[in-house]
Parts: sequence; structure tokens; C-alpha cells
Amino acid sequence: MKKIARDIYTNRTWLLMVLPGTIWLLIFAYLPMFGQVLAFKKFRIDPDGFFASVINSEWVGFENFKYLFSTNDAWIITRNTLVYNTIFIVLGLVFAVATAILLSEMLNKRLSKFYQTSILFPHFISWVIGSYFVFTFLSADYGLLNYVLGWFNIDPVSWYSEPTYWPFIIVFMSLWKGVGYGSIVYLASIVGIDRTYYEAAMIDGASKWNQIKNITIPMLKPLMIILTIMNIGKIFNSDFGLFYQVPRDSGALYSVTNVIDTFVYRGLMNLGDIGMSTAAGLYQSVVGFILVIITNYIVRKIDEESALF
Amino acid sequence: MRKKYRDPQHLHPFVNKIITVLLGILAIACIFPFIYVVIISLTSEETIVKNGFQLIPEAWSGEAYQYLWSMKGQLFRSYGVTIFVTVVGTAISVLMITFYAYAISRPQFKYRRFFTMFAFFTMLFSGGLVPMYIVVTQFLELKDTVWALILPLTMNAFYIIIMRTFFMKSVSESILESARIDGASEWRIFFQIIFPLSLPGIATIALFSTLGYWNDWFQALLYINDPDLVPLQSLLMKIESNLEFMRENMDVANMQQSLFSTIPQESAKMAMVVIATLPIAVSYPFFQKYFISGLTIGGVKE
Repeated sequence: MKKIARDIYTNRTWLLMVLPGTIWLLIFAYLPMFGQVLAFKKFRIDPDGFFASVINSEWVGFENFKYLFSTNDAWIITRNTLVYNTIFIVLGLVFAVATAILLSEMLNKRLSKFYQTSILFPHFISWVIGSYFVFTFLSADYGLLNYVLGWFNIDPVSWYSEPTYWPFIIVFMSLWKGVGYGSIVYLASIVGIDRTYYEAAMIDGASKWNQIKNITIPMLKPLMIILTIMNIGKIFNSDFGLFYQVPRDSGALYSVTNVIDTFVYRGLMNLGDIGMSTAAGLYQSVVGFILVIITNYIVRKIDEESALF
Repeated sequence: MRKKYRDPQHLHPFVNKIITVLLGILAIACIFPFIYVVIISLTSEETIVKNGFQLIPEAWSGEAYQYLWSMKGQLFRSYGVTIFVTVVGTAISVLMITFYAYAISRPQFKYRRFFTMFAFFTMLFSGGLVPMYIVVTQFLELKDTVWALILPLTMNAFYIIIMRTFFMKSVSESILESARIDGASEWRIFFQIIFPLSLPGIATIALFSTLGYWNDWFQALLYINDPDLVPLQSLLMKIESNLEFMRENMDVANMQQSLFSTIPQESAKMAMVVIATLPIAVSYPFFQKYFISGLTIGGVKE
């Protein structure tokens, strides 16, 4: 007992430093984790405050989950979330690495810098603004796309109520916003590769293509692996803005734009169904958690250096 | 670079041309929408109704900006909210993250492993939106307060881990030792030695945080109904279907009727987009290089 007291005293400065952060983490991260029990309850506001509300709400077991999975929605949102994220991970990786390699190989370095500045720009734009950008192209009455279709005598399309096109639009926009950032990360890593590898390869007469294939890509592999695992760990989470702002919350498009995050949001704000939306959120957290653990375990087996923990 | 001889280290000139063109298309695709929005905001409303959003409008006009000026009350208030949230939020955020990260980076701190795990675990398992919403609205009772826009985004386990790695790499124990021998307290060491030494890393976190607050609309979507507290990004969402939200009272509406024959609905929305994006577009070339150098300051792993 005395020893603990002494330890706390000798560590008092450090403990004071972590105190504000610890309080924040307790309230904004751990308290919501505890709040996840609402997935098994029928939420009812208690006049005695938050804890009383959570504790006194009646247990309903797996009722909320039964309700969630009895609807078609559970399947649609799971499918949309997984399929979109898988495409984002694969195409994002390919485009980012390819762009990074091409940027690094360009002869005009100043132009390459200018290109980097341009392609990173969308990363700093919010999806609200991004949604306006998309609107300038897709607006049924004024948009550029319908105007261009007019040249070919194709009837204008009312884009915001036609689900067929949206998988492409969503994937395109995700790449538009994300490739710049990804490629800059890989480019930073390429710049750090020891030049002597390339010099040795050139002496052996290796072509540019062979240098990329046998030096650049293998050197990027650890980074590719670690970023991909982190993305697989997040495969159950979506970029809310991309799926909510870009389609302008259009109900006609829900079949192809509704993901777990938007479903939980709408369940909470539009329907006020606390139980069911908490259940959907818990489903997301638990599966996400398991995925991180599994992917990290697999990576540990293959290459311990690349594992996250 | 200017020499003409063929260097096997570099690309064939023809391949280089193809790559330059391809990447050029990509680069243009990334900034074109912003330029397009600027053009639309300067197009006269009649031209938009007649021809749609043109790349080179038939008739230019500044009426959209005049129109926004007539509703400047809400515009300025939203700008004010966004600036306040960004400045205060970033300051709190940077202080809390660096304190926490610095403490868990020091080998003298006995409980550093526990507090590292304590932060790290929040990256693996999240509390989810609904419990978070209930905590903010019912436990903290922050609905319709400016703190609902600030506090939920203050900390981020990812930044803590990045900063911890940065401190472990950049702060050598020997400097601290000599300061300690001179009798400096840990607080003094932190503010007088660590803070200036770690400025590149801290600037990166500050930049991430500033952009996060400036671009945030989600907290406002969840917690803000009061028009006085609507930040810029959220204002843009509210005027998506029509500009009604910005005309706070009938006086403004009446005055507008006498000033504008037709209300420049579409161009005014695009003008709003321009006004909200301009600070980022203008400062972007300057902070961009700090951002890029910041990407490499700390891997997640030790």
C-alpha cells in the first residue's frame, strides 16, 4: 500500500500530464463503450441522469439484434460496406502506388512537385464541399454531364434518383479524394530508398521496369502491408460523408449508398430507434475489433516487423 | 538535368511524355472542380437557368456575392463559430495530446505501458455513434453549445501514438539529464526544452487538428440546432436545397426583393462554397509542405 502511494508520488508529474487526456478518453471513448450495453436494452430516459437511464432501462436480451437482422437492411448495409471498402482498398492501393512511382520517375521535378500539390488538394476539402463539386456535374437541370450527353443526343439523366450509376460515382469520388494522400505517403517512402540499390542494378544492366519491379515495389512492401492491414481493420467502418453528403441523402439511392454508418445515423436521428441503432453500432464495433485482431495475427505470422502490435 | 545524353537511370523521353500527360490529367481533375465552382459563382443566374453551368458563361455577374452580402449576418456568424471552434479546439487538442504523448514516451514514467494501452485500445474498439450521442447530449448535456463542436474531436489515439513515437525519436535522454541536474522541474523541461525542440511534430498535429475542426460538419449535424452556432460547413449543408436558412428575418427578404429581380439561387450557393473553401485554397500551398513532412514524422510503431 505504502509502495503504491510512493510510486504515485514519484510519478506525480507524469500522472498529471496524462490526467486531462485520461479524463477525455474515459468520457468520450470508454463511457460510450459501456453505453454499448444499450444494444441489449430498451432505452428509456430516467430523470436521474445518464447512468440511471442506462442502468434502469429494461433488459431485452437479443431483441434489438433480432429486429435488426430480420430486416433486409442488415444484409444490404453489410454488403455495401464490405464491397465498397474492398474496392477502395484494392484500387486505392494500386492507384496510390502507381501514382507515387510515376511521380518519382518524372524527369521534370518541378512539374512533379506541382502535380503533387494538385492531387493532394481534395484531401483537404470536406465532403460537404465535395458534394457541391459533384453537384456541378450531376445536377439534372444544370450539370455538366447532362450537357455533354446532350451533344450526343442522349436524354438527360436524373442522376440523384438513378441507383445504377452510383457505385461508380462513389468509387470514383473515393479515389478522387484519397489517391493524392496515399501517393504522397508512398512517395515519401520511395524518396527514402537508398540510391545505391538502383546504381548497382544499373551496372548490372537492369531496365527501368526491372528496377521498379525488383527494387521500388519490394521496398514499399512493408508500408503497403501495414497500411492495408489498417484498412482491413477498418473495413466495417465507412467514410460517412462520402455516403451521406455526396449522394445528398437521396432516398432513391439508399439501396446502393446505405452503409452501416449511415444506417446507424438515420436510425438514431430520423427514427429515434436507440436500441436498434446501438445494436447495429455494436455489430460494427465487434466485427471491426475481431478483424483487426485477425489481420494483425496473420501479419505477425508472415512478417513480425510489419505487425501493428 | 539539362544535359542531352541518354541516362539509363532516367526514363525514355517518350515514356516520360506519356507519364507527364497522364499525371497532368489527374492533377487537373483534382483542382478543376474548384475552378468550375468559382466560374459558376460568377455566372449570371439567367444564364444558368438558360444554359446550365457553363465552363465559359454567356454572361458573367457578381450578383451572387452581392446577394450573399445582403445576408451577411448569418454568414459572419457562421464564420465566427468556425474560427472560434478551430482556434480553441486546436489549442486544447495540441496541449492534451502532447502532454499525454510526452508522458508515455518517458522511460521514467512507471505506468507508461498502462496509459499507452489505455489510449491504444480506443483505436481498436469504438463506442459507436449512439452511445457517444447519448453521452454528449445526456451525460454532458452539451447539445446546442459550442463545446459539442469542440470536445468530441479533441483527442485522437492515433495522434497520441504518432506523437509518442516522435518524442521517443527526437528527444534524447541526455539533454533531459543535464537539465535535471541543473534542477529544472519536469514542467519547465517540457515547456522550455521539449516544446521548442518538438515544434515540427507539434506543428503537424496542430495542422491535422486545424483542418479537422475547419472541415467538420458531423458534430454540428448531430448536436447543433441553434442557428447562432451553425458552423460554416454546416451552413453549406443547410442551404443545399434552398437559401431560405440564411434569410433570418422578413426584413432581409423584403429588402432583397427590391434589390434583386431574380434571386441568384444557384450561383449564390456556389459563391458560398467559394467563400468557405477560399481560406484553405489560399493557405494550402504554404501548409502543404509541412503536411507532407509531417506524414513521415512518426510511424505508428516504435
